[in-house]
Amino acid sequence: MGLNEQLQRDGFVTTTVESVITWAQKNSLWPMPMGISCCGIEMMAFGGPRSDSARFGSERFSFSPRQADLMIVAGTVTYKMAWVVKKLWDQMPEPKWCIAMGVCTSTGGMFRSYPVVQGIDQFLPVDAYVSGCPPRPEALMKSLLYIQEKVAASKPQLINLGKDAGDVRRSDLIVTP
Amino acid sequence: MALDKNIIINVAKNIAPNVDVIEHHGDLTLVVGRDVVTDVLAELKENPATDFNQCVDITAIDWARKTDRFEVVYILYSIPNKTHVRVKTAVREDKPHLPTVTDLWEGANWYEREAYDMYGIIFDGHPDLRRFYMPEDFMDADGEPLYPLRKDFPLAGIPGSLPLPQK
Repeated sequence: MGLNEQLQRDGFVTTTVESVITWAQKNSLWPMPMGISCCGIEMMAFGGPRSDSARFGSERFSFSPRQADLMIVAGTVTYKMAWVVKKLWDQMPEPKWCIAMGVCTSTGGMFRSYPVVQGIDQFLPVDAYVSGCPPRPEALMKSLLYIQEKVAASKPQLINLGKDAGDVRRSDLIVTP
Repeated sequence: MALDKNIIINVAKNIAPNVDVIEHHGDLTLVVGRDVVTDVLAELKENPATDFNQCVDITAIDWARKTDRFEVVYILYSIPNKTHVRVKTAVREDKPHLPTVTDLWEGANWYEREAYDMYGIIFDGHPDLRRFYMPEDFMDADGEPLYPLRKDFPLAGIPGSLPLPQK
């Protein structure tokens, strides 16, 4: 009997720290809801009992950016609001992901006018764009699953903290390339 | 029971004899000169016969090619008489000044700020005349303030006039 089988028989699982961290990150994405306009309503439906984002470990909408790792920008972003979105984004700890929900957020949409930012990728690194005006909750769910795939495919780098590991933050431990 | 329009017209005529009266589909509009507009508005509010105690909106129109380029529109409502009236006055482009009506209706404060932000009409005596929607430093490359609802302002905006955070 090999070592692997021996361990499994005794109720052990052998794996790597990297894959455990990735698995945990993938299945517990905490969204930061930036419900700025009508897309916000569909985002609430996405979290509600019918669509139920809890099935994917994302039921915990974090209204504080500091406990979130996925920002869902849902709605028209004006030049004035861009600074607020950016400020909240900067407060989210690494690693973090961003969904641009709806056409307004992705491209400015029907608002081809002076106060509206023509796509939030001008100031945020966007991982997934969702089309629709507003998109159905299913579309947002698909983008969440896409982000999960992306997280699963990424490899967290573990930093050797040595002796000075007293005040360690999660963002220091894991860096996604 | 809505107020008879002749009562409103007579109250306005006591202050401004040469008021222009326009009626369109039962909506009454009084066009008055800019020197008497606040007196007419005050009378419409204070006179117990009309009692226009609510200021619904203050906005402006840019007629672009007219000598008096802007027209400021006051929409009033009388809650006891269940009646609307619209008062208009023309303002020149080179001197877009009007007296404030915040002393008559407190609610006019934000409407006047909005008209200032969008059209650049200056309401003299306003307690806090700042931009309402756009950032304070919204101006073109020469440092001239921009007023986005003016007809000469491009719909899609002027590139670089509004800053964005760095990526």
